[in-house]
Amino acid sequence: MSDVTDQDKGPDPAAELAIDDWVLKVDRLGKVFGPQDPAAIADTGPEFGTSKSPTTGSVVAAWDVSFEVAAGEAIGVIGESGSGKSTVMRSIAGDHGSSAGSVYLRRSDGTVEDILTLDGASRRKLRIDQLSVVYQDPSEGLDLGVTAGGNVAERLTAAGWRHFGQIRERASELLSRTEVPLERMDDIVRQFSGGMRQRVQLAKALANRPPVVLFDEPTTGLDASVAAGVLDLIRNLLEELGLAAVVVSHDFSVIEMLTSRCVVMHHGRIVEHGLTDQLLEDPRHPYSQRLVAAART
Amino acid sequence: MTATISERTPLHELAGSPPATGLLDDYALRELRRAILTAVAVPGYQVPFGSREMPVARGWGSGGLQVTLALVGAGDVVKVIDQGDDEGVNAVNLRRLITSSTGAAETSEPAEADIIQSRHRIPEDELREDQVLVLQVPVPEPLRGVERDMRELARMHAEADYSKMWVSLYEDKVRNGVITQSTGYPCLVGGRYVIATTPIPRWDIPRLHRAPFLTLFGAGREKRVYAVPPDTDVEPLTFDDVPFEVERTPGATCRRCGTAESFLVEIPGGAESSWICSDTDWCRRNDASSEG
Repeated sequence: MSDVTDQDKGPDPAAELAIDDWVLKVDRLGKVFGPQDPAAIADTGPEFGTSKSPTTGSVVAAWDVSFEVAAGEAIGVIGESGSGKSTVMRSIAGDHGSSAGSVYLRRSDGTVEDILTLDGASRRKLRIDQLSVVYQDPSEGLDLGVTAGGNVAERLTAAGWRHFGQIRERASELLSRTEVPLERMDDIVRQFSGGMRQRVQLAKALANRPPVVLFDEPTTGLDASVAAGVLDLIRNLLEELGLAAVVVSHDFSVIEMLTSRCVVMHHGRIVEHGLTDQLLEDPRHPYSQRLVAAART
Repeated sequence: MTATISERTPLHELAGSPPATGLLDDYALRELRRAILTAVAVPGYQVPFGSREMPVARGWGSGGLQVTLALVGAGDVVKVIDQGDDEGVNAVNLRRLITSSTGAAETSEPAEADIIQSRHRIPEDELREDQVLVLQVPVPEPLRGVERDMRELARMHAEADYSKMWVSLYEDKVRNGVITQSTGYPCLVGGRYVIATTPIPRWDIPRLHRAPFLTLFGAGREKRVYAVPPDTDVEPLTFDDVPFEVERTPGATCRRCGTAESFLVEIPGGAESSWICSDTDWCRRNDASSEG
């Protein structure tokens, strides 16, 4: 379906965002809700001011999205609500299907595969130790009725850990690393504050040292001081663990703090990409300019 | 009036014609046998079957009863126990139902039985490869406690994704210092499916592992049958550093036969509590041999 897109808008973004040592490579990813009609691609996007096709009624939530991430690097995906950034993340994570494109993952053993072609069982296996997701809402990534330690233990036992002492030790190591007080390790997560839940979710996501972690609005919904603490923590973890990270957010301060490169999405398409600092100082696309202006006031 | 009749007429004539034999029709038997074959072919997998109405209420052994009825013939000998007791009301009722409707003979001696139907126990005696153990199961789904969505349960079994079960064992150990689950301890069968060994105590779990006999689990209310075929691995889920332990009370001996080597149940009596073998027939024989 990607051949129906019109690529005369300058250089191929995929080519410019290409790097050699990528761990995660998103290649012309697309997701259309509703009838999978190529006509929908032609009359949606920023130049039409909508992602809903007037002719077919389909919603082109994301189209022709390409970027690559290397180990030890974070790439930001920024855009307003409805711009398709969460759709991109959920397509990569496999939470829902996709309509076009590929997402290549280089596993820790060096093998490369298109994770969009995996069946449900293999994708869930992938999520155990290759690709983790930190959701905006901790209840999506956590079992709130289980203790903090138990939540981490779930990921560990899924990866085959069967030694109680070692599970305990690894869980406390992870929880102290994500700054959850160890005396709360055996408390039910439902009793935790939002910020603390997010820290437990981080510990769980990192349990099996996945090479790739996706962050979906990791601090939205937390109050400013707590959000700053969690952001600090994420930045330190990214540096320390050498993860390849994709950070999806509508908040420029999050993108600025965590990422070195970013893409701007609008009506389901990437409208601009580049180094985060440059993009913030000198946005080219009118939409990016509005976004930056709004963030700076 | 009533008095006159009872004086003149034998009781069996008053009772009218004997009840029709055969509690299950041929279609039900065929369907059940197919389900049992599937269960034996895929050890530990819960096979659905169309559980029929039985003359006992669901939850009172209707699953075990139907499995037994699917297997038993007029030449067979059955033993039925409830908590190890041949004379429990439920055991007696089920045994009478089975023998009167099929013509099978009854026994309390495990060695004589072809089919042993049981609730809560495996007989203490070693069973042989030509014997079948039928267990009545109230809750066949081992993951029911950790997941309520049926589709998710099916997926977890299909993908052998038992991490939630492990988390529940982890939480149990964290909260209580030991794994407290006693009856129905979750076990991995043939390295593939986790089953609820409901409702036998931990004491009996090691005796399922590589057992020479076939064990069939029938759940009438939940309409499921599953099996542990002969010589199949049955491994209780436990952490590498937390050994699986069976129930044992230090110093407790059976007040009848004096043994400490069988599964004992407590007879409460305040400070004067005593213990007795759960398997009454084994206890009777053990008592007789020690006296003789």
